[in-house]
Amino acid sequence: MGLETKGIYTVHEFTLAVKSTLTTGQFNDVWIRGEISNYTNHSSGHRYFTIKDKNSQLACIMFKWHGRNLRFEPEHGMKVLVLGDIDVYEQRGVYQLKVRDMRPDGIGELYKAYEQLKNKLAMEGLFSPDHKKPLPVFPTKIGVATSPTGAVLHDILTVLKRRYPVNILFIPTLVQGESASQSIVSSIEALNRTDVDVIILGRGGGSIEDLWAFNEEIVARAIFNSRIPIISAVGHETDYTICDFVADVRAPTPSAAAEIAVPERQELANQINRLRDRLIENEKRYLSDRQAHISELRSSVDARLLLERVAQYMQYVDELAQNQISSFRRLMEIKQALLIAHAGKLDALSPLGTLSRGYCITLKLPHKTLVRSVADIEISDEISILVKDGKIRCEVNDKEECKWK
Amino acid sequence: MEMSFEESLIELEGIADKLEKGQLSLDESLLLFENGIKLVRECNTKLKNAKQNVERLILENGDIKSEPFDVEE
Repeated sequence: MGLETKGIYTVHEFTLAVKSTLTTGQFNDVWIRGEISNYTNHSSGHRYFTIKDKNSQLACIMFKWHGRNLRFEPEHGMKVLVLGDIDVYEQRGVYQLKVRDMRPDGIGELYKAYEQLKNKLAMEGLFSPDHKKPLPVFPTKIGVATSPTGAVLHDILTVLKRRYPVNILFIPTLVQGESASQSIVSSIEALNRTDVDVIILGRGGGSIEDLWAFNEEIVARAIFNSRIPIISAVGHETDYTICDFVADVRAPTPSAAAEIAVPERQELANQINRLRDRLIENEKRYLSDRQAHISELRSSVDARLLLERVAQYMQYVDELAQNQISSFRRLMEIKQALLIAHAGKLDALSPLGTLSRGYCITLKLPHKTLVRSVADIEISDEISILVKDGKIRCEVNDKEECKWK
Repeated sequence: MEMSFEESLIELEGIADKLEKGQLSLDESLLLFENGIKLVRECNTKLKNAKQNVERLILENGDIKSEPFDVEE
């Protein structure tokens, strides 16, 4: 075959020709499994690496705008699934895969990615207890974000109904598959625009792949940024997702989440009854205290006691009176004795004493004036002579002045 | 405005405490007691009458709406 028949390409023309052949569609939108090597996260934000298997290798580029959605940080040696389109890098004439998405391949890799994100978010402080919001004690409305199908919603509603019937705002949420993480994020954001006071984010058990949405960074950040406290209840007791670490409270199962979210009605009823008993007890004691106080006061104004006191006073008065009487008597006795003594003296001086000794007293009639001297009377005057036992009426016959001494 | 269950419960505890301290006039204490018993009754009624009401949240072009949601038993 001569040069003429096929023509001659320039390098560029050839490269473009190859490129157009390769990029027609057959190698677009393909998933390829391989192991990462020569990984470079360039300062431009684009990622350059190779994926390889035992026999071949494939150059890959992931542009910044695709890398933004990466759910983990690729590492050398990591087994991955990449989604991309074939491309030819014209300057170098090499074909390469323009990677649009990348996933860890296999459980081991998923765990690696999980550990990676967990460490990163832990470093950022997203799991810190300081950021945990307290749950309301008595929620009035609970937001539930979970799948509309499956047992989770039913379990949660059943437990809530039994324990503490409350208003529930349910938001149907995809919890598995491609769009699950986005659905969870928008559910959390939507519930944050409502008046719910706590959110339960739930999903039944499953493999790490099934639960993967709950290990994604955008979901973790949405939980962290939620104004409303979130209880995560993802998988079974033993499954821990990144969500569980970021959430304000982690519940082992959806039913447990419902139990955590509300108090138990019976327990509340008991609490109210205890309060009622305390109320009654306290009021009773208050009243009996007052009663005691009143009795105390009353006893101090008790009528019997008053009478008794009066009686005592009366006795005292009597006593005083008695004393007074006897004092008076004694006084009288003294006076009397004095009187007698004085009377004796008087007696001695009395004219009657003179009479009893045989003398007499002469009184001139009619005026009974005492006759002391012959000059006091005239002849024929009538006189009365007083003697010890009577009086003698006489007429003066004669008088004579004598010198007795 | 009606008190929430939580507020009622807190109020009730406050009343029980006040009565316990006992530094009140008789009228005050009787009034508090009466209020307390009323709150007990309200709380119990609320608890007894509490009903589960489930709504579903719908997102539509960035708007959020809610509608009653029937749960199959």
